[in-house]
Order: sequence, then structure tokens, then C-alpha cells
Amino acid sequence: MLGINDPWIWGVYLLSFLSALLCVAYGLANWNRGQETEANEIREGCSWEKGQAQMEEKELGL
Amino acid sequence: MIDIVYLNVLVLVYILAVGYLGYRGWRETRDSEDYLVCGRKIHPYVMAMSYGATFISTSAIVGFGGTAGLFGMGLLWLTFLNIFVGIFIAFVIFGKRTRKMGYNLSAMTFPELLARRFESRFIQYFSGLVIFIGMPMYASVVLIGAARFIETTLAIDFNLALMLFSLIIAAYVVIGGLKGVMYTDAFQATIMFAGMAFLLVMTYSHLGGITQAHQALTDLAALVPANLAAMGHLGWTAMPAAGSAWWWTLVSTLVLGVGIGVLAMPQLVVRFMTVKSGRELNRAVLIGGIFILMMTGVAFVVGALSNVYFFERDGVIAIAAAAGNSDSIIPLYINAAMPGWFVYIFMLTLLAAAMSTLSSQFHAQGTAIGRDVYETVLGKRGGRSIQITRIGIIIAVVVAVVLGYFLPPSIIAPGTAIFFGLCAAAFLPMYSCALFWKRATRAGAIAGLVTGTFVSLFMLVFVHQKEAAALGIARMVLGRDVLITSMPWPVVDPIVVALPLAFVVTVAVSLMTKPPAAEHVEKCFQGIGRSPPKKRD
Repeated sequence: MLGINDPWIWGVYLLSFLSALLCVAYGLANWNRGQETEANEIREGCSWEKGQAQMEEKELGL
Repeated sequence: MIDIVYLNVLVLVYILAVGYLGYRGWRETRDSEDYLVCGRKIHPYVMAMSYGATFISTSAIVGFGGTAGLFGMGLLWLTFLNIFVGIFIAFVIFGKRTRKMGYNLSAMTFPELLARRFESRFIQYFSGLVIFIGMPMYASVVLIGAARFIETTLAIDFNLALMLFSLIIAAYVVIGGLKGVMYTDAFQATIMFAGMAFLLVMTYSHLGGITQAHQALTDLAALVPANLAAMGHLGWTAMPAAGSAWWWTLVSTLVLGVGIGVLAMPQLVVRFMTVKSGRELNRAVLIGGIFILMMTGVAFVVGALSNVYFFERDGVIAIAAAAGNSDSIIPLYINAAMPGWFVYIFMLTLLAAAMSTLSSQFHAQGTAIGRDVYETVLGKRGGRSIQITRIGIIIAVVVAVVLGYFLPPSIIAPGTAIFFGLCAAAFLPMYSCALFWKRATRAGAIAGLVTGTFVSLFMLVFVHQKEAAALGIARMVLGRDVLITSMPWPVVDPIVVALPLAFVVTVAVSLMTKPPAAEHVEKCFQGIGRSPPKKRD
């Protein structure tokens, strides 16, 4: 196959391409997966929101 | 013939671009988290390309490419493992957990991750020492190779080349920290990718297409020299004879040592901690897989096919054309078979490959001696991490230069294999257990670390012919190069013995000792191994 007689060699030639293809397929299939917000970022966001609300209350009398 | 003036101008432009990226790294570095793990917010393209460029040095292209010229396409097993283990398994299985655990434990170096997982300062400074002592020879190999390459291609005196090259790398690593390193890596990797892609296309088209080129190489099998045939060489498109010396070297050193060893390389592992989430790693897998295929895959295929080119042109095989020096096969082939302008691009490719590997080595050594050894031993933590790491990086550069100057090349040469083997045996059992086995204990991790380190060193000094003969310690103590002379021991890579032994010791000692505190394990594994919450309607 592909001008190579030894199956261990044409096999690994194809395997190298297939493993790169696996990386591509995995990357595409999971392109937008795995995004996460860390616990402390959520806490930071909450405290920021709280501060914002307090400020609005104080300054704008809302 | 290449024009030295053009080449120097091209290199100057390249150096300016690298300098600018190093400056950007410096400008964007505000605290030690930025300096050591890029603030954990690096772009997936930069992460993947930097990982790949650090992984692939000049020797992977020129040295191993030349080995493929000598022994053939069996080396593609290394490419397969580089992609499947070095990228897919590393990113998807190890990388995601490493990133999350690194974040949970606020770890900024590989030894720090392991030390905090197992609550042991010893693990941090011992691992730091293994890196700082083991890596300089590996760095020296790359540094000296690059300086020799600059000397021959840019017609600059070797000493001046060595000094200039070290100073340029030291400058952007010291100033820009890991951001500087990774930005420049990504730029250098892009050059490497373009260079290797062109080389592949040109080689196949030159030799009449994929199948025709391979067939011509298969037909050369009868020309294998007698000395190589005695080592098990059966042709450039055939695996070596099972059990022969070359078969053992290929399977144990290249495939296991370099292919598996990559999982526990500190300068690569730290990159998993530079991205914000698993999503970035998912995207990086795609880029990394293609990049590595284009690096070692192309180098090995082209190296092997150079035999066809030299045979058709001069009636000799590649190693004969290169006057017996396999390191010369790739440069000779590029000069002879590629268009003149490509020679410049390829030289830049090699320079980029050397610089990207070296910068990461220096950064890893700097953090190892600065943060992992100095700060841990003295119990100092705080705002001075960046300064201490900077001093560590400068020490690492000086040591690499000094080693390169004073140690004979025969001792420096096995540096890469020594470091890969040492890292795999010392760190891989502890690292795998840290990520995947909650029952692993501090005592088990330490026992595995010490066993892996010392068994590996013992094998390198007394058993494995290549390193033992070069180091000369066995000859001094035993009066012969190796302890066991019967085959296959002199050609069995230390990793084959040291790695499984260290694994067994880690597991056995862990099972014999008290399990770690549940709260600590929970903290380490927070958000790991949990399926994402299902969306409710």
C-alpha cells in the first residue's frame, strides 16, 4: 500500500494521519464545550453586582 | 549558493519580531501569576503552537530526520505516539485535570502542583532539583547545536554566535516571563509549520508523487550497507528485524522514551495551567495534532525519502552522500534539492525550532531553582517570585553555556535522552496518580519519585550502553562500559525498567500508608471528574 510493502510501516503512516485527524475531529466536536466559570469568579461577580446595587441605591436613591 | 547578507537581514527582521513579542510579554506581565502561568488566560492557538514548538527542537527535525535517512520510516511510530500520546492523551486526559487541579491549588509550576497535591515541600524542591540538574545538558545540546548552525550558515564566529544567541533568548525570557516565551513560541511555530509544509509538498512532487516516491524507496532495500543490516536494518520502508539492536533502540528509546516521556515534561505540563478552561484545551488539540504531524511526520518521511533523491542524482544512499554523518543528511538534502529561497526559510525554521525549545527550557529551569527550590527551602513566598525566577533563568543560561564550552560533545550529546528518561521515570507515576487516584498518598508519591529518579540514573550510568559509555563512570568503577553485557540490556532504554518500577512503588507504598485527608482530596479534585450539569427545561 502507498508503495510500502511492510504493513507495520504503511500502517503507522496511516495511523499518524488518523491520529492527527482524531485531534481535528475532537477539536471541532468540542469547540465550544468545556467553558466554565471558576467558583471564585462567580463570587467576585456576585460581590461586584452587590456593590453596584448598593451604590445605585445610595447615589440615585433607587 | 546562499547570500550571507540576505540571510543576515532576514534573521535580523526575525530577531526584531521576537524582541517585539518579548516586549509585549513584559508589558502584559503584572504579577507572578502572569510571569509563571500567563495569568491563566492564554489563547488556545498560542498555547497549542507554543506547546508544539517547545516539544519540537532542531534535533527532532535535523537529528531524528537524519536518523530516518539512515534507518527509514520505522521512526514514524514516534510521530504516531507524539500525536496520539503527546497531544491527544496529554491534552484531553492529562491537560484538563492538570489545569483544573492547578487552579484549585493555585499552583504555578509543575513541581508546585505535585507538592500541593501531596502536601509535601520535599516533592517541590526535590523535583525542582531534578529539573535544574537534569535539564542543563538537554539545554546545552540545543544551544550548542544552534550556535554551530549559526556559525556555519551566517558566517559568525562560534563563540560570538553562542554569546549573542544566549543573550537574545535570556533577554526575552527574563523580561517577558512565560508570556514572552509563549508569544515568541507561537510566532516561531508558525514559521516552522510553513517551512515543513513546503518541504513535504516539494519532496513528494520532486519524486513523482506519494506512492511513486515510497515505491522508489522500497526498491532501494538491497542497498542497505552490511553494517546496518547487521543491526537489523531491512530497508527504509520496513521495520527492523524483531529483537535486533536497532529494533530495541527504536522501540525502547525512541517510541517509549520520547513518545511516552513527553507526558511528564515540566516545561510542557505547565502550559496546561496557562489556559482559562477546558474549552481552550479542546481547541488547542486540533491545532497541536496538525502541528506535530507537520513536524516529526514530515522530518521522518523526508529524511527517509532523501535516499531516493541522492540515489537518483548520485547513485548513492543518503548516509553515503553525507559522508557518514546522519546529522548532515537533512541540511545536505535541503541545499541540494530545494529552491534557493527556501534554504533561507528553512534556516529560519531551524533557528525558530532551537529558540522556542531553549526559551521554555530556561524558563522551566528558572522557576525550578527560583520558586521550587530557593523559595520552598527557605520558606519564602510572596512578591519576590518574579525577581527570584529571573535570577534562576540567568543562572540556567550561564550553566548551559558553560556546560557547552567545557564538557566534551560526547557527554553533552546524550543530554536529551537522559532528561526525557529521567522526567518520565521520576514524575510520570506521581503525576498520573496525583490526577487520577484519590487514594495516592504523600509517602507513595515520594517513594515513586525517589525510585524513578535513582533507578533511572543507575540505568543511565551503568546499564544503557549509549549514555554509560559517554559518561564513562561505569568504566571508571567497573572497568567496562556497562554492568550487564548480554543482549538486549545494553540497548534497553532505562525507561523500560525505571518507569514500571516507580509506578509499582508509588501504588504499593500508597496502599500501605494512611489515606490522605478527605477534605484535602476534595479541594484538589473540586470540579474534576464531574459530568457537566444537565440543562433542565
